[in-house]
Amino acid sequence: MEEKRNAICAFIVAGLLILISLLYYRTNTYYIYLVVYIWFGVAYGLLLQYGRFCFASAFRDLFAIGVPRMIVGIITAMTVFSLVTALLTANKMGTFHPGPLGIHEVIGGFIFGIGMVLAGGCASGTLYKSGEGNGTSMLALLGIIFSQAILVNTSLFDKFLTGYAFKLPTITLAKTKIISDMFPGSAKYFVGNFLINTVIPSILLILVVYFFWFRKGFMKRRLKKKKGGKTLGDDFAGLWGLMAASKRTSIAGLLIGIVSGLHVWTMKGMQIKFGASNFGYLLTRMGHVADVSSRGTVFDPGYWYITTQEAQVGAWVLEKFGFNMRHNIFFGVMNGVPELWRNPALWMSIGIIAGSMMMALLNKEFAIKIPRGELIVWGLLGGIGMGIGARVALGCNIGAFFIRIAGGDPGGWLFGIGMVLGSYVSVKFFNWWTARKMATEMEAF
Amino acid sequence: MAMKFEKKSGGGYLLDICGYVCPHPQIYTKQALGKIKEGDHLEVVFDNPSSSESISQMCEQRGDEIIEKKREGGKFTFIIEKG
Repeated sequence: MEEKRNAICAFIVAGLLILISLLYYRTNTYYIYLVVYIWFGVAYGLLLQYGRFCFASAFRDLFAIGVPRMIVGIITAMTVFSLVTALLTANKMGTFHPGPLGIHEVIGGFIFGIGMVLAGGCASGTLYKSGEGNGTSMLALLGIIFSQAILVNTSLFDKFLTGYAFKLPTITLAKTKIISDMFPGSAKYFVGNFLINTVIPSILLILVVYFFWFRKGFMKRRLKKKKGGKTLGDDFAGLWGLMAASKRTSIAGLLIGIVSGLHVWTMKGMQIKFGASNFGYLLTRMGHVADVSSRGTVFDPGYWYITTQEAQVGAWVLEKFGFNMRHNIFFGVMNGVPELWRNPALWMSIGIIAGSMMMALLNKEFAIKIPRGELIVWGLLGGIGMGIGARVALGCNIGAFFIRIAGGDPGGWLFGIGMVLGSYVSVKFFNWWTARKMATEMEAF
Repeated sequence: MAMKFEKKSGGGYLLDICGYVCPHPQIYTKQALGKIKEGDHLEVVFDNPSSSESISQMCEQRGDEIIEKKREGGKFTFIIEKG
């Protein structure tokens, strides 16, 4: 009975999205652009929920309980996506833009890392968990939305952009002199962006995780079963064991990598079809000039992204309360504040929540969980931390880490270093916090 | 919502962490396993789907055995024998 009810609810969610898609298409062909974002969002949501794919758990679970499953999943997704991105860039079908390279990425990643462990989910994890009915993640989402909107509307953030970030170099390894001289033509994308920026550091990361966290337990189990001492073959078996430890996560990683690549390809196709490199130009053609920034653009990454569209939601709400949210560089000059129903990247986020909800319903994992007690504090604080961290780093675990590394921007690794350090600090805090509560419980023994 | 860690009357221990989200269920499970003796049974009850994957892998790596996995609605019950 429950199964049938859940299936019906999942079909209703899918039906609503189909209806919205048809309405958009009927209103104006340009809106097919939004429809593409919706359905890629749905694909991300389905896969994130299926694989319980959350970047927060990657280093948090490693530091807290010694489990590396999510690191393997992320590396799988990133490697596949990087290969597809190199292929698309070589064929002039890429949409990737590197970010300013600087220490702000480490600092932003650090603040973001603290926040994501406190909130129990990263920026993308917060969306898919909200789709599962997780109230703590919904609070974290509120924190991300409003902390960003408020921060970018300050003169301090304008100064950060004009006096610092905009002066920094933006690079991909393929475009560096040494790589482009050594590997002219398309080869530079595969060598510089894919091999050097993504594959080699990923292999090193996997080896570090294997030798410091996985090998000891694996060898103990393996040597119990077999005769003789350790051989090199055991280490290869161990590495394979690490990669295959959670099939569900690895499969999700593989599919997320493919979907992210298809997303870029499709968005570029849309841009070519409509002769516009940004949806803002299409909004202007349709007469919605109030939606766009002074440059005529709106936030339209052309690939998987999470936090900027959430900042736009905050700005949209604050505008309704009378705040001027356009006298700043972030919204006024760069991203605009479109009406929510005409915000392309926001539809991707809505798609993620809807996709996750469908998968959770079909897996009987959907349940509205109202946060109580400490979870309210962790959710809100974590969300605020993620929002601030994402703005300082100019991106989150997707835009500043996953996408940048795969696209050949070494700055993605700087964000990753900060995120790891931040996760470590939060895990230390939670270890202390939970040990304290366990000690209280055990007084009764 | 409150975490409950207690000795069961029939032997073994119960850790009830329903209502908690990541990372609390997996951290509490690790802490509880650290408090009990080898061979003891720990019944963990939680309702956070993501934690099931993490707790399963943690037990495998630590050498603890999950001797029973049950799921009723959104609630998961793992009985773990400490290795």
